[in-house]
Amino acid sequence: MLARAETWWTILKISVEERLVYRGDFALGTLMRFLPIVTQIFLWTAVFVAAGSNDIKGYSPTDIIAYYLLTMLARAFSSMPGLASGIARQVRDGEIKKFMIQPIDLVGYLLLARIAHKVVYYLVAAGPFALVYYVCRSYFPGWPDPSVFAVFVCSLLLSFALGFFLEASMGMIAFWFLEVTSLLFVYMLFTFFFSGHMFPLDFLPEPWGTIVDFMPFKYMAYFPAAVFLGKVEGPDMWQGLMVQIGWVAFFIFTCRRMMNAGYRRYSGFGG
Amino acid sequence: MNHPSYLGVFLTFARNSLIRDMTFRTNFIIEAISSVSWMIMNLGFYTLVYQFTPSIADWSKYEFFVFIATTMFINSIVQAFFMPNMQELSELVRTGGLDYALLKPIDTQFLVSLQRVNWSSLGNFVVALILLVYAVPRIDGLQLSPWQFVLYPLYVFLGVLILYSVMVGLAATSIWLGRNQSLYDFWFYITNFSRYPMEIYDGTWGTPLRHLFTFVIPILVVINVPARFLAKTLSADQSLLAAFAVVATVLSLLASRWVFKQALWSYRSASS
Repeated sequence: MLARAETWWTILKISVEERLVYRGDFALGTLMRFLPIVTQIFLWTAVFVAAGSNDIKGYSPTDIIAYYLLTMLARAFSSMPGLASGIARQVRDGEIKKFMIQPIDLVGYLLLARIAHKVVYYLVAAGPFALVYYVCRSYFPGWPDPSVFAVFVCSLLLSFALGFFLEASMGMIAFWFLEVTSLLFVYMLFTFFFSGHMFPLDFLPEPWGTIVDFMPFKYMAYFPAAVFLGKVEGPDMWQGLMVQIGWVAFFIFTCRRMMNAGYRRYSGFGG
Repeated sequence: MNHPSYLGVFLTFARNSLIRDMTFRTNFIIEAISSVSWMIMNLGFYTLVYQFTPSIADWSKYEFFVFIATTMFINSIVQAFFMPNMQELSELVRTGGLDYALLKPIDTQFLVSLQRVNWSSLGNFVVALILLVYAVPRIDGLQLSPWQFVLYPLYVFLGVLILYSVMVGLAATSIWLGRNQSLYDFWFYITNFSRYPMEIYDGTWGTPLRHLFTFVIPILVVINVPARFLAKTLSADQSLLAAFAVVATVLSLLASRWVFKQALWSYRSASS
């Protein structure tokens, strides 16, 4: 047990160090990621001016901007750049074999590496994020209730888990189809559109609004932001949190099932 | 010394790329489909936005669709002809492969800019054409004149040239830095500003921003000028910006040529 914990600790440490190698590039990249928000602010300001009202489906001009800023934060938790494509590459070039012969669990290893990456990311990104949030503080309605804030934090952490296991499951598809790049691109589009990263999902007309409720994507950006802004509250909020937990559990299970099925299917040749 | 036929060389590049793309046909089709689906989502987003407002900064829905179609035309051309090459340039610098390009008896910038054509990106070109045919007749009160059909493609072409210049400038940094992996990211974030009507950049922050991206890095004229030519009835007050676009194109081409040459001077080969 202790030996195992030590192994995982070592993996975590190595991943952290690996990530810190490119820290300059990284901080700059984080700041750049806010640039699209700037254009969104201008776009929505123009929309509100042209519409001649201060309310679109319950969102005021400042709400929208706060919403975009919060989804940025949520995506910082739930986006997993390179996870699925990394798994696919390992399957394709045979690197996956090492997880089959060594006593290390693939999903566990990837999860630790990802946690390490994210922790470093938050350390480096905390500066740019704090700066942008401070500059934009007037857009926020103020701090929510402690209980709401707790749900917000929980949903952020859960969105990390959901993002990880969902994308890892996507990567496992590579056991069946070697070339999954385009599939992953389509998946990326779906998450971008239906997670609420592009616009608040409340804007969707029916039947799309209902369809989105049945998809896991909205818990990766929309839900945490909507909780913070009080757009989802009371019983709906708690129900949403339960559904999010449900999706996480579902994909933990799916991901493992697919890995095992994939291992059985996999055949490696050469050395 | 004989000069190589640039057109002939380019056609050979284009043919070879097409042969290569056609070897992996399924991949080609999937790539085309995925770039098209990205545009469909974009259209979905704006259809949604136009449910709440009749116009955005003086652009009505169908006028804005023309704007989007223009974005697609220009981006698909840039992505087909220049994007893969500029990404490759960063790799050539890192591995020292640029040596071979420098040794060839042909202009280096021409060679590294056009060696590979990514034909599947032209899928969006076709979609843009369909979108244009759909949107233009639906614009209220638009009187088309034959001039617009001349000016539109011309300014689309100028827009492509401006974007190409910006891209060369960015790619040249990879010669200085040795490696520039975030080139594509940076490219995306910069050109992101050009995807919206320039009128939305207004106010305390917006006006300086608009001036920056019009006069210093002229990416705002890239899509705005041609889109305006087709979506709005031709009028005299467009001429000033149109004249500026020509000047901006020439200046950015010259600037990018200069930056590229300067960058080449500091290229030190690698691993040979």
